[in-house]
Amino acid sequence: MGWMSISLDEARHVAKLARIELDGAELMSFQGKLNALLGHFEDIQHLDVAGVMPKPHAVSLSNVFADDVPGACLPREVTLALSAETKAGLHIVPTIIED
Amino acid sequence: MSEYVLSVGMEVHAELRTESKMFCRCPVAFGGMPNTRVCPVCLGLPGTLPVPNRAAVQMVLRTALALNCQVPAHSVFHRKNYFYPDLPKGYQVSQYGETNPIGYYGYLEIPKLDGTTKRIKIRRVHLEEDTGKLLHLPGGGSGVDYNRAGVPLMEIVTDFPPDIEDPDEAKEYLVQLRQTLLYLGVCDGKMEEGSLRCEPNISVRLAGAETYGTKTELKNLNSFRAVQLGCMFEKKRQSELLEGGSKVVQETRGWNEQTESSFLMRVKESEQDYRYFPDPDLIPMEFTPEQIEAERAALPELPLAKSTRYQKDLGLSPYDAGVLTADRAWAEFFESAIGQGGDAKQVCNWMNGDFAKLLNEAGETALTSGEATVGKTSKVRPGHIVELTKLIEAGTISGKIAKEVFGDMFTSGSMPSELVKSKGLTQISDPAEVLAVCEEVVRENAGQAEQYRAGKEGLFGFFVGQVMKKTQGRANPALVQESLKKALETQ
Repeated sequence: MGWMSISLDEARHVAKLARIELDGAELMSFQGKLNALLGHFEDIQHLDVAGVMPKPHAVSLSNVFADDVPGACLPREVTLALSAETKAGLHIVPTIIED
Repeated sequence: MSEYVLSVGMEVHAELRTESKMFCRCPVAFGGMPNTRVCPVCLGLPGTLPVPNRAAVQMVLRTALALNCQVPAHSVFHRKNYFYPDLPKGYQVSQYGETNPIGYYGYLEIPKLDGTTKRIKIRRVHLEEDTGKLLHLPGGGSGVDYNRAGVPLMEIVTDFPPDIEDPDEAKEYLVQLRQTLLYLGVCDGKMEEGSLRCEPNISVRLAGAETYGTKTELKNLNSFRAVQLGCMFEKKRQSELLEGGSKVVQETRGWNEQTESSFLMRVKESEQDYRYFPDPDLIPMEFTPEQIEAERAALPELPLAKSTRYQKDLGLSPYDAGVLTADRAWAEFFESAIGQGGDAKQVCNWMNGDFAKLLNEAGETALTSGEATVGKTSKVRPGHIVELTKLIEAGTISGKIAKEVFGDMFTSGSMPSELVKSKGLTQISDPAEVLAVCEEVVRENAGQAEQYRAGKEGLFGFFVGQVMKKTQGRANPALVQESLKKALETQ
């Protein structure tokens, strides 16, 4: 493993941030996969990129904008139907407890 | 207790005054039925593609330049990832990086009490999108309204180390920033509706100490006063913690307006937990030097510069200049009146005095020219005030009558000269006529005249009142003084 590697604790933390529940074996599997990904970046580090301009985006476009003109929205019943629970036109979620 | 010094970093969020949202064309409005201004893009439904709002980008560019920022040649949007029910996509589109935001390394000058200004450095001005609104329901659970999700939001952050060192400066920074945004027409500045939100990062350290203390972030401050009180409260709370040997914890605290105190909301997440990365769905923005210079040239004169000019060129007091320039439309009204030949001091007095009071009572706003499209506007235009001041200057009416005329023209919209003519309010400035009235008054009040001559000089005011009553306030006041003395002495 090179200088970029992810510990089991870091893998657990990333899973928690992504709200993914993993058991011990899955966690180790993901740790391995993430480290393989980082290994790829390490390969790239070895390339000589002197004289190569940084590219802000994979697509060679810039300044794609829309005019500030209001358009149509979805009917409320359509979006509320996506929710498990609604009340008075609101999507109902469990009470937020700050941790 | 040891002496602690305050340091305040300011994070300000301003909702931009666009017609549609940042990455979709749902309309932007305040209030209304919940979840009626949403679409697949702002709800983050799979397969949708966001497209940035051109007007929002221009507004942030304009603000960045007004705040003396540098503008990068390239600027991209990032995803800030976290889960919260008011964030439908699971990430907020924002702008990360030191020199990537549309504006960076700028400053705002704020006025100080001694007439000088202080420069508050600005780290970044960037564009992002607002979240939805969470409403806590009485029976438990929370309801979410996504109408606000995706509304263009500009974030303005001051630099570190902080330049703001006391609660008054924090307030003044916000006052100046809000006025600037209003002048630029990029935000409506309504703190009570949440379209302008301020989150100070507050820390204290021992006087003379080089390292800055642990900061806390304060939320829910929806007035200038709350910002000032919040900073004062945190300074005291943190100083007492340190003095008692405890530590300040890096956390987000809420402000309770009723108790005027702060409470713990949550311990701050670390920045790397947001896993920022460039949004692959959004194309980079490019700013050419020509575009930047054109936008810079189109900037209006900003409030502080205007106020300084009013004081220097027009001889107005800092207070008067401050009131006139606090609102762009008000300043334009004033400048239009000056352009029509009005005397700066006189126009200013009428505007900041009677006119402001009447507007406030009637719930109207002043209009310089043209027709209003929204709200109640006053019938009084700059020309009315100029004409009124000219009538006083020429001695046609007294200041007292002018007040009456102002009330009438405010209600009717008639020109003051017409009102003076139709109501017969012209000042009596003929010395013979005024003297005749004075003599009559002295004759009618022989007893009081006797007392006056016997040394009871306080009665002079009584005679002035009688003359004014007889002439319905139209007698030239200076002439009345002079003629009354004469009449009292000779009769």
